[in-house]
Parts: sequence; structure tokens; C-alpha cells
Amino acid sequence: MTATLTVPATMREAFLHAAADAVDGDERVALVLADISAAADPVPALAARHPDRVINVGIREQLMVGVGGGLALAGLRPVIHSYAPFAVERPFEQLKLDLGHQDSGAVLVSIGASYDVGGGGRTHEAPEDVALIDTLPGWTVHVPGHPEEADRLVRDAIAAQGRIYVRLSDATNAAPHHGPGLVTIRQGSEGVVVAVGPMLDTVLTAVARSGRDLSVLYTTTPRPFDAAGLRAAVDALAPEHAAAPTVTMVEPYLAGTSARVVAEALADRPHRQVMLGTRREELHRYGTRADHDAAQGLDASGVCERIWSS
Amino acid sequence: MTTVRPPVTTDELRRLMALMTGDEKHSAAATSTLDVLHVLYGRVLRVDAADPADPARDRFLLSKGHGPMAYYAVLAAHGFLDPTELVDWAGPGSRLGLHPDRTLIPGVEIGSGSLGHGLPLAVGTAIGLRARRITRPDGEPRVVVLVGDAELDEGSNHEAIAYAGRRGLANLTAVVVDNSSATHGWPGTWSETGLAERFLAEGWRAITVDGRDHDAIEIALDAAHDDRPLAVVARVERKDS
Repeated sequence: MTATLTVPATMREAFLHAAADAVDGDERVALVLADISAAADPVPALAARHPDRVINVGIREQLMVGVGGGLALAGLRPVIHSYAPFAVERPFEQLKLDLGHQDSGAVLVSIGASYDVGGGGRTHEAPEDVALIDTLPGWTVHVPGHPEEADRLVRDAIAAQGRIYVRLSDATNAAPHHGPGLVTIRQGSEGVVVAVGPMLDTVLTAVARSGRDLSVLYTTTPRPFDAAGLRAAVDALAPEHAAAPTVTMVEPYLAGTSARVVAEALADRPHRQVMLGTRREELHRYGTRADHDAAQGLDASGVCERIWSS
Repeated sequence: MTTVRPPVTTDELRRLMALMTGDEKHSAAATSTLDVLHVLYGRVLRVDAADPADPARDRFLLSKGHGPMAYYAVLAAHGFLDPTELVDWAGPGSRLGLHPDRTLIPGVEIGSGSLGHGLPLAVGTAIGLRARRITRPDGEPRVVVLVGDAELDEGSNHEAIAYAGRRGLANLTAVVVDNSSATHGWPGTWSETGLAERFLAEGWRAITVDGRDHDAIEIALDAAHDDRPLAVVARVERKDS
């Protein structure tokens, strides 16, 4: 095949091409699907080349994860993929037992995020996925904010070992920011705001609009959380703020998902947490993704309001 | 190198089980599987306690993980466990729990206990061994999973049964120990309990045998099944009998 340098337009495209390269290049890699993405380029051609390692089980998500677990037991590196509610919530016990309890590794890749299909309603929303995964031991969680980040994170995840969840979204930032932990995007003196994945551009707009001098950190890897990076960012604030800092997490999923890790990172000093994310109650609303952002207080004005008042 | 041992006898297995139960009586859940396990480890599975991680070994997955005394007894009889370990099983220092843990015992292929996980894992293992083109001088390794008739209530099994049949996973065998404990039963018209029909309808070969008849169990497990997975329904006395 001729290598063509094309920039993938979406994270899903980036993932599918990265996974296809891995299946082509490494006979230990297998892609496990439950119909979602089975007809998307380049999967049909890939499945024709590798019918033994591109496995579409049909609309059977428990089996999808169970088969992934069995492939791992047989010595393969499974890449398991579906829409977020069907990749995490429906087969949750399979993630716990067929992967975790067996001490097996896998890459689990979801699309759809909290409400990518804004008109889809509750059945296709999974704002709880990261919090759920976070209850299970040993999982790394990647939340890319740009297709180029997704490409790199997926390739690295497949090449690595262990259990890795990659949460893809249609929401993206204008530019990629690669980095293993917390990346400093803006240095400030009054407090620290951590933006996860697709929230970065919104956070930068909100901070600029707030007029406050805040540090903005960015991460695509909320688990394991870069506790040392957060402590360093807090220490870099003005001394009166470093002594009792305010840390604001802005996450594109359930608000408070990272409260535990921030508390652990700053257990040695008084601090205040402001946790932004999706709301706990169900809104029973349709509309566009932007409509949902506004309803959840995750658009620039909603984030600005919370930053300004904290 | 294969370890050569004299054939394991039923008396030996009952003696080993008595180390766990404290007397010669044991629960029905444990004994319903005893004869099937005896035949599998004694006559069918190509596994060796001296090399439990051999990539080309047969895989035995105990999906019905509760009541594992018979399993532990068979593992001890075949050298995977020291019989002295059986005495304090399920204790705080023991590797042997009420449900087995694969990370604690070499030769135990899966940790199980929650029903409906072994068959999907077995499907994935069978696909994986074929994808890796692992073979043995005497054929390809088999993946054998033991489930119970009540365990088949769990819907995850039916996802696995349907898919394995359509995929023609001939290196997969499911042994269903049927002690008529499924609350709502498995009605059918062709076979005695209807269990075999679930598999036949999805493209498996399915054979129903007396789950106490060692020769019948062995013949069924060795039956030709071409490009189809094999189900052996081993009928034993009712759970409450």
C-alpha cells in the first residue's frame, strides 16, 4: 500500500485508520466491533484482508467485550470499539470481569461522548462513562481534543499493554496539544483551571473573557491523573494563592468525576475545588451539541460565569 | 515433557473432595460436574501441569465457577495443585476460593463465578488461537468451556452461541452440565430437555449424553463436528434430587 499523508477530519476517522494500520502491521492486534463502524472506511477492506482479526460480532456488546477478553487470553491485543453507552455501560460487568479480573489488557475506544448526537436523547448519551471506568482498577483514560491527538493516543495505546479507554468526540479544539500529563497552555497567578480534551478552547475563551489571571492546564489523559503536574502548577501561582489555591476542573463529562484525584493531589494543603462538567440530573432535551453545551453550562459563557464567580 | 501418571480414580477424587468438605458428602453443585471433569482431564484435554502456559495446550474454561470442589479435586489429582492445599480452601491464606481466580492458580484459565462469562471468553480464545495459527502435532488446540443449564439463563451466553455457530468455530466445545436447575427450563421438541436444540438451531453439532457415563461423555467429546462448534449436554440427576 502507498502511504498517503492525509489529515483525518474526525477523531473517529483517525482512530479507524490508526487501528487499521496496527492490524495490518502487527499480527497480534485484533479489532472487535459490534456493528458500529463496521461499514466505515477503512474497515470493510481491512476485514477482507484480515478476516481472522477483524471481528464484528453483530449487535452483541456483552459478547464484544467477552471476545476481546478471550483474544487477550490467547495472546492478542484487542481493540474494542462501539458507541460510548454500548461500550462502557451496557457491558460494564464484562469490563470488570472479562478484562480486569482476568488481568488482561485491551484498548477500548468509544465514540459519541456525552452528547455528540444532540438529537439522540438519553439513550445515546454517556456522560457517566469516565466516572464508571474510574471505579475499576488499572485503567488509563484518554480524552483527546483533536483528531491528531486521537491518532497518536490510539497508536500508542495499541502498542502499549494494560487496559486503556480512549473517549473520542466530535467536539474538537482548533489545534492539537500533545503531552503525557498536564500541559501548561497559559501561565497565571490567581488560580488553576484544568481543561480536559475538547473543553480547552472553550476554557481559553472563558478565561480571557473573565479578565482573571488564571493558569490554564490541558490534558488528554485524566487517568492516571498528573498529580505532580497539578502541584507544580499550584506552586507557580502567586504565594498568597499557592497557599490555598482554587482548582477548577472543566471536564466534558459528569461534573466532579475528577474531584477524587484533585483531592488526593492536594491532600497536603487547604484548597478549593470547582468542578465543571455535565449535570447529574437528566434534562430530557434534544437539539444540537451546542444546545446541550449551553444547557449544561459548558459553553464559553457558562464556563466564564463559573470561573468569574469562583 | 508430558508427566506420566496412573489413571485418576473416582475414589481418589472423592477422597480429595473430602479434604474440602470434611466428610464424604458434598453439595450437588460440586458433584454435578465431577464426572465430566474426570473425563475431560483424564481422557480428553491435552494439558500438562509441568507446562501450564504451553501456548499450544488445550484450554479448559470453568464458566460455572461456583461449587468448584470437584474442579479443585481434579486439578489436584492431575498435579496442578498440591492436595494439602485443599484442606484450608476458601481460607484467608488460600489460593482456592469459592470461585476460582486464574491469577492465583497456574492452569486455571479464567476467574469465574458470575454466570455467563465463560462462553463469550471461550469464543474469543478460540478465535484468537486460530488467528495466531497455533497448532499441535495432533491437531489444533481445543477450547472447552463448561456451563450449567441454569447458567444458560444469562443472555450473554446466547450472544456467544449464535455467533460461534455462524462463525463455524470448530475448535470450540461447550459442555453443558444439565441438572435441570434452570428455573423456567428449556423446552424443546427434538431433544429430551430442549437444551441441545438451542445449539443445533444456531449451527452447532449437539449431543446429549448421560453425564455419569464416562465412556459416553468421552465419545461425545471426540465426536466429529466438521466446521461447526460442538455442544455436549451432560444430563445428571436433578439438583434437588
